Amino acid sequence: MYRYDEFDRTIVTERVAEFSGQVQRRLAGELTEDEFKPLRLMNGLYLQLHAYMLRVAIPYGTLSSAQMRMLAHVARTYDKGYGHFTTRQNIQYNWPKLKDVPDILADLATVEMHAIQTSGNCIRNVTADQYAGAAAGEVDDPRIWSEILRQWSTFHPEYSFLPRKFKIAVTGHAHDRAAIKVHDIGIVIVEGDNGAPAFDIYAGGGQGRTPMIAHLVGAKIAAQDLLHFIDAIMRVYNMHGRRDNLYKARIKILVHALGAEEFARQVHDEFAKGGAGDDLELPEGEIARIRAYFAPPAYETLAADDPAYTRALADDKAFAYWARTNLAAHKVPGYAIVNISLKPIGGIAGDASDSQMDAIADLAQSFSFDEVRVTHEQNLVLPHVRQTDLYEVWKQLDAIGCATPNIGLISDMIVCPGLDYCDLANARSISIGQIISERFADLDKEHDIGELKIKISGCINACGHHHVGHIGILGVDKKGVENYQISLGGAADENAAIGDIVGPAFTEDKIVWAIETIVDTYLALRKDGERFIDTYRRTGIEPFKETLYAAA
Amino acid sequence: MAQHINKKARFHSLTANRLLDGEPVYLTRSHAWSENLHDAAIADGKDEGAELTQIAAQSVADRLVVNPYLFDVDVDAGRPRPISVREQIRATGPTVRRDLGKQAS
Repeated sequence: MYRYDEFDRTIVTERVAEFSGQVQRRLAGELTEDEFKPLRLMNGLYLQLHAYMLRVAIPYGTLSSAQMRMLAHVARTYDKGYGHFTTRQNIQYNWPKLKDVPDILADLATVEMHAIQTSGNCIRNVTADQYAGAAAGEVDDPRIWSEILRQWSTFHPEYSFLPRKFKIAVTGHAHDRAAIKVHDIGIVIVEGDNGAPAFDIYAGGGQGRTPMIAHLVGAKIAAQDLLHFIDAIMRVYNMHGRRDNLYKARIKILVHALGAEEFARQVHDEFAKGGAGDDLELPEGEIARIRAYFAPPAYETLAADDPAYTRALADDKAFAYWARTNLAAHKVPGYAIVNISLKPIGGIAGDASDSQMDAIADLAQSFSFDEVRVTHEQNLVLPHVRQTDLYEVWKQLDAIGCATPNIGLISDMIVCPGLDYCDLANARSISIGQIISERFADLDKEHDIGELKIKISGCINACGHHHVGHIGILGVDKKGVENYQISLGGAADENAAIGDIVGPAFTEDKIVWAIETIVDTYLALRKDGERFIDTYRRTGIEPFKETLYAAA
Repeated sequence: MAQHINKKARFHSLTANRLLDGEPVYLTRSHAWSENLHDAAIADGKDEGAELTQIAAQSVADRLVVNPYLFDVDVDAGRPRPISVREQIRATGPTVRRDLGKQAS
């Protein structure tokens, strides 16, 4: 894992002091709210319905046990005993007091954490595949490049006043778990010349009001040119991105307006200019230095199938269910990737209590080389667990309510905070996730349905990723009443697609029926081995429109 | 935010967030700030609404509150009742955590 050097430490410590000063001056009246607001946003501090909200950065979703324990400490000491893991692999606290935020930031700084650039018109947290460095078939560890981008983008003077927020995601695997195609910049690590890593760079993806899939603007960009090429994209955006209209200020609007080809041409022109860009060429020694932080842990040499694990699968049905959905294959024999479900049936997606965080920190330390990851689907991952330890890990997760065997299944939903918390929301989303989850609580039924990703947003800003849900649900306000519009066929992976709206919205009392109807329609139509998304791609939307809206 | 105001609505109350801790607060008849919706002053018509807005502006300058705005209410036995789901939730707390927010105290 990356460790701060003295420069990183200085940056964060000075930032804490600077923000403390700004809070003091705000409280003393030397700064107005108009002056203070952009400053607090650059430190991830929002004002929501019931309180302030602090978004703490978790770079590319990677945490040590010490860092997870600090997140628990913050929840316990300054908040109401819990935090929420987000679709950008960060954590949000819903009840901090402004006067306490400097102390929170000071505490976080002791474990190399901060809330820098988690809001504001700047480059945000660079997110990455949560199985980085663990899954078989990875071309290169995306966290190496995410860390390089993080260092380059932190306090970048040219990119601190962008037209709008800017989000970058990186995957090193052909199967994209990081939703790169709906990011402002999405990076796929590919095999370059001489087996060195190279990058396919996509730009102009995004969700929100105007969802779009990103376009390839640079193919097989050489490793040493990564920053230079990204910088070229940023310069074109910073120069030509709209600043006159908040809703047209993202890079996706610019790419769409120019056309992908013209946009790519302008980027390549900028890239070819050299000049200051040449300074951004990454020296091989620097790449190697960062890479060394992400060296594989000291794996034991183990047999491919551990007998104790195999026995436990046969003896304990509940453990077997969990193993079926919550484990992923590890590249090293005798190890497994463990998914920690933060989607208990009827619970609040992505929330964890301080005691759960502490227990998970202990598990990471004891069983996963001190590492835990956050996924953009609001779950956690222990990346390197020996098969022989899986039964014990499962028992401990089960004891804290984090072993729901539902990863990728219908009850593993992405759900934004919605109108229960968020100032921007039009409708509640969490409660909708809960009633759907409860309706499909039957484990056998869930497993029969198979992979089905429901994503729920409480407003058009799409923080719940509803545009790329197999089933997407968007909360809308219809004359003061919360309504829910359904879309089908979205996907966030390498076959990314924006969902199709199926028809008029449903009220809260009808939404579960609507989801049931969609599921039943799928079950009736599916052919052997088809997941929901496969059936949808074959049949199209018509059968679902019929069953949902046929005149009763 | 303008979307909380229905131009046809007759009655409004005024709310803001307390600067120090972000707690939702309501402007009372005596021009103080209460955490309790029941204490909120009710403005009848645009002029009375404008008066509340002016008082709130002074509280912003005095560093008591941030982000004040008027919201639509019905009047129920002399007490304000928010019309929007948003302000109902804001007055009580998250509906999915009944142990948190104003509803818990």
